[in-house]
Amino acid sequence: MGPLNIFHQNADNPHGYARGLKARGKTILGYFCSYTPEELINAAGIHPLRLFGAKDDTGIADAHLQAYCCSLVRGALTDVLSGRLDYLDGAVFPHTCDSIQRLSDIWRLNTNLKFFADVVLPVKLTTESSRRYLEEVLRKFRSDLEKGFSITIPDERIRASIKTYNAIRTSLKALYRMHAKKTSPLTAGDLNAIVRGSMIIDRTEAASMLADLAAQIQAPGKADGSEKRVMLVGSVCEHPDIYRLIEQAGADVVWDDLCTGSRYFEGLISEEGDPISALARRYHERIICPAKHSSVTGRGENLVTLSQEHGVQGVIFLQLKFCERPASRACSWRSRPSCLPKVSS
Amino acid sequence: MSTPEKDKTRKFRAAKRMREIMTEYYIDAKSAVQTGRKVAWITSGGPVEPLIVMDVIPVYPENYGAMIGASHMGGDLCSKAEALGYSTDLCSYARADIACAIENGGPIGGLPRPDMLICCNNICGTVLKWYEIHARYFNVPLFIFDTPFCHTEFPEIARRYVRSQLDEYVSFLEGVCGRPFDLEKSREVGALSLQGQRLWQAVLDTAAHRPAPMTAFDAFFFLALIVTLRGTKTVVDFYQELLAEMNERIDRGIWAIPNERYRLLWDNLPVWYRLKWLSETFEAHDACLVADTYTTAWCGSMKYIDENNFFDSMAEAYTRIYLNIGIDEMVKTIYTMIDKYEVDGMVMHSNRSCKPYSFGQYDIQKMIQEHKGIPCMVIESHMTDERSFSESQTATRIDAFMEMIKQKKG
Ligand code: SF4
Ligand code: SF4
Repeated sequence: MGPLNIFHQNADNPHGYARGLKARGKTILGYFCSYTPEELINAAGIHPLRLFGAKDDTGIADAHLQAYCCSLVRGALTDVLSGRLDYLDGAVFPHTCDSIQRLSDIWRLNTNLKFFADVVLPVKLTTESSRRYLEEVLRKFRSDLEKGFSITIPDERIRASIKTYNAIRTSLKALYRMHAKKTSPLTAGDLNAIVRGSMIIDRTEAASMLADLAAQIQAPGKADGSEKRVMLVGSVCEHPDIYRLIEQAGADVVWDDLCTGSRYFEGLISEEGDPISALARRYHERIICPAKHSSVTGRGENLVTLSQEHGVQGVIFLQLKFCERPASRACSWRSRPSCLPKVSS
Repeated sequence: MSTPEKDKTRKFRAAKRMREIMTEYYIDAKSAVQTGRKVAWITSGGPVEPLIVMDVIPVYPENYGAMIGASHMGGDLCSKAEALGYSTDLCSYARADIACAIENGGPIGGLPRPDMLICCNNICGTVLKWYEIHARYFNVPLFIFDTPFCHTEFPEIARRYVRSQLDEYVSFLEGVCGRPFDLEKSREVGALSLQGQRLWQAVLDTAAHRPAPMTAFDAFFFLALIVTLRGTKTVVDFYQELLAEMNERIDRGIWAIPNERYRLLWDNLPVWYRLKWLSETFEAHDACLVADTYTTAWCGSMKYIDENNFFDSMAEAYTRIYLNIGIDEMVKTIYTMIDKYEVDGMVMHSNRSCKPYSFGQYDIQKMIQEHKGIPCMVIESHMTDERSFSESQTATRIDAFMEMIKQKKG
């Protein structure tokens, strides 16, 4: 099976992959958002597994969450309460939105996994004090992992992990670029599966498969260039159908600003100096997600830059029902429509 | 139902004074441009004391949101915000306030334009985006006071981070106001703030008396001052007066619900556009909502305030407020209230607007039923958007709930 199929398969069936890992004796930690310092988990020799949540019947979550909760949070709770995550040794909750924050409480009080950690990062990423605090949070998380699993995580292991993640991110970005330039046979849906798959499979294997994939691709894209070039903006996209729908409508997602897309791979970590400081720097400086604050115009400006850089003709905002974040973001973008070639939502 | 004469004696003298104070306050705020004072918009849980020290007039979009809700303008304003592209899932305070700012509409002809924005995320993450939108719209400086969420603890690293932001806040204010921060005045304001909070708690505590001289609906009304003018002498004087009136009522036997039989606890924000209806519906069952978790939140972190060092202790007091802690921490406060006010049941407002307040309520409900053995009911709404409220469904639920309490209590 070629690497592309492996990514597709595991993005579609993360539980199957995780059970296989568990059978081989691997410790697995589930996590929720791209602000989780998974580089540290990986450095601890633990497998970080991104949790996307059940998409089917989430009735079991009804006893804990109101109907007006987003599908991601409901789905994750459903998965853990129904025993579908029986392979997990624990979970890590970064501080993102109000819903994830409460999911953390509900999870902690209703599950009994070996490890549990809240990683309460700052929301404000503009000051030296917040950078310092962020770094301290990462150090605390490292020691939580060490205590929780009775291990030590030496700096060298963190450095090696950083290298792996840099390799993953570099390849992902290269694959995205090739697609945007129409020099790749991969579709936008393939890229989405590749990014999600990279959050599921062993990171060292992911790094080498991605490098192979990037090297193999030479064929020009199958698109004929007549489709409209659009950018997909939102939190998480785990619905392959969306890409099919967009394609059928005569458009191609040439770039995105998604937690399961460019926000995952933008920004490399310095491989020099103290590895925790380097990690903190990436989290402090990377393009923010809507749950954080950089400047009041930063996110909108980033969207403008991305759309110009990739020749985007339209933007599609993907909003998960009941999520407040994209709502405000969409508006911040709309308040500057003159910057845009074309806006659609 | 009570007779009109009874209604008359049950009216609070202090209500008139409170309206006067609020009117003066809004007149002051709206004439700030003429008087040369600065106006800051600030979130309801934000550290207001430094603004008072700097003689900046604090204005609260959330207090205004309550006003919008109570005057039944929420639905219309929210729909205007939706037309601008804001989702119906967004907090109805935020939707209504954004619509007001852009339309220059709403009660009292809109809020005075801010010179600066102070956003503290100890209540939710929504305010972060809401204030960014205002910062872009009004093009004024924004200060974010970041209070890390305390699920189970307040770690030392968080304490240091928040403490350093107090200094950054002061520098920000000095920069915007163009004058230095007065430390001496800061001590006075701190003392007044603490005194105000103590008095507010004492007012709420009078409802521990059986029967209670006030209800949570009264607390929702009288709350406005501790929110908006905390740290001023006006607040201290007013709550002293209100406390005296409460004690006088106890002495004279004037009870909020004439035939109080059942005592209930309210959770979450009020349903602003149905206060009267809810209060009458419960009263018809001889049920008094004696306390609530919402108004208590403005005196709930007094235990973290150091009287001799108010400024430094703001770091902890503002971080460990009711909405910024884990649900197992929240429920401890609820247990204390259940005991203190001798409560027979709990009414939970599942508020679509406020996810940090509402998610976790079902678990809290279960814990209360297990540990305190009292029944709980859930009412659903968007606290300022009346389009989301079903009166008949709520009435049916209240009837069933009261039936359960009656059976239990006899
Ligand atoms: S989709 Fe929105 S509400 Fe749901 S977890 Fe993500 S940010 Fe939070
Ligand atoms: S009601 Fe809730 S979501 Fe809305 S501003 Fe207040 S705390 Fe935030």
